[in-house]
Amino acid sequence: MTRAIVQAIWSHWRCHPLQLATLLSGIALATALWSAVQAINTEARANYANAAQQLAAGSLDRIVDPLGPMSLAQYRTLRRAGWQVAAVREGRLTVAGGRVDLLGVDLLSYPSLPAITEVSDVQGIAPIDALTAPGRLFAREVLAKRLRATPDLPPVIESTQVPVGTVLTDIGTAGALLGEPEQISHVVVLPNQPKGAPALDQVTPGLRRISAQGDGAIASLTDSFHLNLTAFGLLSFAVGLFIVHGTVGLAFEQRRPMIRTLRALGVPIRQLRRLLLVELMVLALIGGTLGLILGLYVAGALLPDVAATLRGLYGAPVDGVLTIRPVWVASGLGMALIGTAAASGQAFWKLSRMPLLSTPGARAWFEQTQGSVSQMAMSGLGLIALGMVTVLLADGLIAGFALLAGLLMGAALCLPLLLSRLLNIGGRTAGSALSEWVWADMKAQLPGLSLALMALLLAMAANIGVGTMVSSFRLTFTGWLDQRLTSELYVTARDDTQGGEIELWLSQHSDRVLPIRALEMEHNGAPIFVYGVVDDRTYRTHWPLLTPAQGVWGRVMRGEAILINEQMARRNNLWPGDSVTLPPDLTYPIAGVYSDYGNPTAQAILAMDELPRFGLPVPNTRFGIRLPPDRVGPVAQELRGAFDLPPGALIDQANLKARSIEIFDKTFVVTGALNILTLGVAGFAIFTSLLTLWTQRLPQLAPVWAMGVTRRQLAGLELLRSVILAALTTLLALPLGLALAWVLLAVINVEAFGWRLPMFVFPLEWAKLGALALLTALVAGLLPARRLLQLPPSDLLKVFAHER
Amino acid sequence: MNVRMILLVLLMVLPGVTNAQGFAGLGTDAEGFAVPKQGAQLQFPQDHGPHPAFRVEWWYVTANLTGADGRDYGIQWTLFRSALRPFDSKGWQSPQLWMGHAAVTTPKAHFFDERFARGGIGQAGVTAQPFEAWIDDWQMVGPDFDTLNLRASGAEFTYDLDLMATGPLVAHGDRGYSVKSAAGQASYYYSQPAYQVRGTLDLPEGPMPVTGWAWLDREWSSQPLSEDQSGWDWFSLTFDSGDRLMAFRLRGESDLFTSGTWITPDGQATPLGNGRVTATPTEWNEAHGRRVPISWQLQLPDKDLDVQISALNPAAWMGRTFAYWEGPVRVTGSHQGKGYLEMTGYD
Repeated sequence: MTRAIVQAIWSHWRCHPLQLATLLSGIALATALWSAVQAINTEARANYANAAQQLAAGSLDRIVDPLGPMSLAQYRTLRRAGWQVAAVREGRLTVAGGRVDLLGVDLLSYPSLPAITEVSDVQGIAPIDALTAPGRLFAREVLAKRLRATPDLPPVIESTQVPVGTVLTDIGTAGALLGEPEQISHVVVLPNQPKGAPALDQVTPGLRRISAQGDGAIASLTDSFHLNLTAFGLLSFAVGLFIVHGTVGLAFEQRRPMIRTLRALGVPIRQLRRLLLVELMVLALIGGTLGLILGLYVAGALLPDVAATLRGLYGAPVDGVLTIRPVWVASGLGMALIGTAAASGQAFWKLSRMPLLSTPGARAWFEQTQGSVSQMAMSGLGLIALGMVTVLLADGLIAGFALLAGLLMGAALCLPLLLSRLLNIGGRTAGSALSEWVWADMKAQLPGLSLALMALLLAMAANIGVGTMVSSFRLTFTGWLDQRLTSELYVTARDDTQGGEIELWLSQHSDRVLPIRALEMEHNGAPIFVYGVVDDRTYRTHWPLLTPAQGVWGRVMRGEAILINEQMARRNNLWPGDSVTLPPDLTYPIAGVYSDYGNPTAQAILAMDELPRFGLPVPNTRFGIRLPPDRVGPVAQELRGAFDLPPGALIDQANLKARSIEIFDKTFVVTGALNILTLGVAGFAIFTSLLTLWTQRLPQLAPVWAMGVTRRQLAGLELLRSVILAALTTLLALPLGLALAWVLLAVINVEAFGWRLPMFVFPLEWAKLGALALLTALVAGLLPARRLLQLPPSDLLKVFAHER
Repeated sequence: MNVRMILLVLLMVLPGVTNAQGFAGLGTDAEGFAVPKQGAQLQFPQDHGPHPAFRVEWWYVTANLTGADGRDYGIQWTLFRSALRPFDSKGWQSPQLWMGHAAVTTPKAHFFDERFARGGIGQAGVTAQPFEAWIDDWQMVGPDFDTLNLRASGAEFTYDLDLMATGPLVAHGDRGYSVKSAAGQASYYYSQPAYQVRGTLDLPEGPMPVTGWAWLDREWSSQPLSEDQSGWDWFSLTFDSGDRLMAFRLRGESDLFTSGTWITPDGQATPLGNGRVTATPTEWNEAHGRRVPISWQLQLPDKDLDVQISALNPAAWMGRTFAYWEGPVRVTGSHQGKGYLEMTGYD
């Protein structure tokens, strides 16, 4: 018996393979984009966790000497006082193909390093190898190959637990490779300190303990990026569910007669319900699996760019390689199941409660599915208001995203009302009976299409908003690059001695030399780079000050004031008029704030003569060189020859700008790709909605046809309808998109990156996007129109003969 | 007292190696390292200091103490040296590794901590004269070997004890050459079994003044166990009569190897060869999935000795990088007294 029922239910899909394909693609698309974003996020997070775990950077405090590296004697003093600390030595190592970070950790004090545990679990590495000369280096596969290609390095062991781009080793080996073997960069405070150890300032006055939260800044930055991606993923998921909703509704609608028959034959409704539920879940699993596979490809394609973005923007280490994690598979399938259940719940509920002998009314189904249009608009306005209240009451990125979500969802809910008003206005312009019918018909179709149109609205608005943000950012960024990179050539010397020689040489071979000297110190527990500049009109005329004022440079050059970058200003709420105190104890009033895009850390500028007052060694290895543009090539060549400089030591401005723009463009390639994908899914949603409506169209079209409108005309009108609705939606998407852009630039960016950007508008881009939307709607309408064109007149006649 | 060969833990600090070798790692060969020779004369104070050419070495103190509250306490202070290569050098890459173990045992609780360091950077080491042995803030220091101050601290305890020797040093085996297996493996081994102790324990419930007796063992070797020996049971007992007994039992695959020293109140030592002492477990304790004997019958017919030995706290398990049982015991039967018991190879 069950077998027969199953066959009867299944026969529907055999008769409507396209519908089945649509349903599965809906589930697959929803799952694919969602799980792609999840895969990317999970991978990136796993990478950070890895990097943090290596030194438990996220959870363990550090002790540093603010004046520079620590000595072995200081370490010994700490240890003899009972402090349980692990010494760390950091540096840069030159290997085949460039320089890499070398991280030397006292493996004996800190044997639970994941990289070491992993390797020793598998290969059983002996302490004698790791702790005594020549030692061992631990690195990921790709880097391990480069290390092996470099002569005179210790043997290399591959480990997947080492941060990307980092070589991990014992502190003894690090000292041997970097020189100054007794030098220590900092120590990590281990858990389980003994009872009664004396306070740090009694043991080693001058050393400072830095609490583990110091690295939180990067975490919140990357969090914002992932939140961004997640928001996109959810948006795509929702759009995909519109498709599922439409298709399932149609399928159930079409199966009413069959279900009525089955029930008349004595099949209990409970059994039917169960079987239909099983059917839905099986379809959800199949669609979900397809979606996972698709998602894996999308993620695989996007991840290298995401990795580049994260590295470029935040310096967060992410590998471009994807691993499949069971959690990811489970959550993807779970989302597919939940999504399908949510999207088909209503149809399912209606069907299972259908009275045994009811005559199905085709129009009624759609009308009942939609709540009152004005009620929806009210709740939409409520959502927008809620978002605004959130951002007024709470700070932070989450509040920003709450505003975004409220705005988008609210606007989507208002869409049917707005469209119906617009159609009313359109109806008034109608000159003929036919055009009046077209307007009225569109309005009648609105409930059935509104979900798809909402999807289109969201996709369009996201496109306009994100597009505006990226383009505004790019324009600002290139302008800023022009201001900031003013020297024609930049050179880096090997050491201070060579730096002095180069400076002398340049004074005879160039217009002017601008030394670039910086100190790294701490301010409010976060690192800050303090640059010293010489008085030069290059700075006075070009430097991108956000708060220009008279005499700023004069004050800075006299050593009376300091300039800070926007990130530092916004993070610490420091503006001109406030002052900054830097270690050991030097206070400067702030003369101005300058924009510093793409740099996650705080920065400040002082007169060059001020730097020695900090009591730290000031490296003198980098210089900006002012030259006539045509002399750049020859001077670079002479310099290289005279000082035997490696290729990376000389960078010309044009090259640097091109590279910066390239990094910038890579940054947003992911966003762009997700944008296009979302728009595609929205187009597909329109297509499926139109198909769904198709069967209900005949009773409405037949009378018009009977009155003498040809099928060709009707098909044309069908297309027109699709395009007009898309056009109206696009029109409404424009203000929404601009509002979105404003929120992104003025709220989200400030929270996420620490800078605010001016907004530029690009009407041509909107025109292109609008055309794309219309094209999407046209293509989506093509199939129903073609069907209409090929419909045998007898089918239209039958409408009058049948009861339906 | 060969049984204290925990030292090789140091070779096992990196996980993986631990699993692969376990205690059997003590039975590996001594290639490149110096080997104890029978007939060599111990030289003091030099031999109180380290012997980097030997693979393993330790300075091992246990004490049975009585608190002002009348309760029994036990403490352990151990510094192990383990050489990856038979020499010392300056800097981080020194092949000499050091490990410290410290514990306080009460009838109710067992506090324990460990420390690791490498030689060459001054974080741990030993000098013979004036005597100083240290790792981090743990130290055993004095003008000479007879007058020592002993300190250690963990997350839940600290102690600060003054030790005063009341008798001569005691050389085990043949003038300090102590045989460990029928195949002839041996170590250099001497003790100071009679330090009078006075000091303070600082425990979670507060400071506790204590007095009592401590026993210090010095031992070094390069290949102290034979291949098939997997663990040991070691006893240091102080009887009310003033006599003392050191005895150990090495558990081989097919047989047991026992050895010991009988020490009179004035410090006269009599070596006890294989088979002279018998030690039999009489009660077992199961905790944390391990089955450990916590009561023993110990017999030495030569001295009409037949005693019951029972743990003050059966839970004296040292569950860190390298796990073993070490704790104070009470002695009853033909002789009354106190002592320390160490058991390895039961995990």
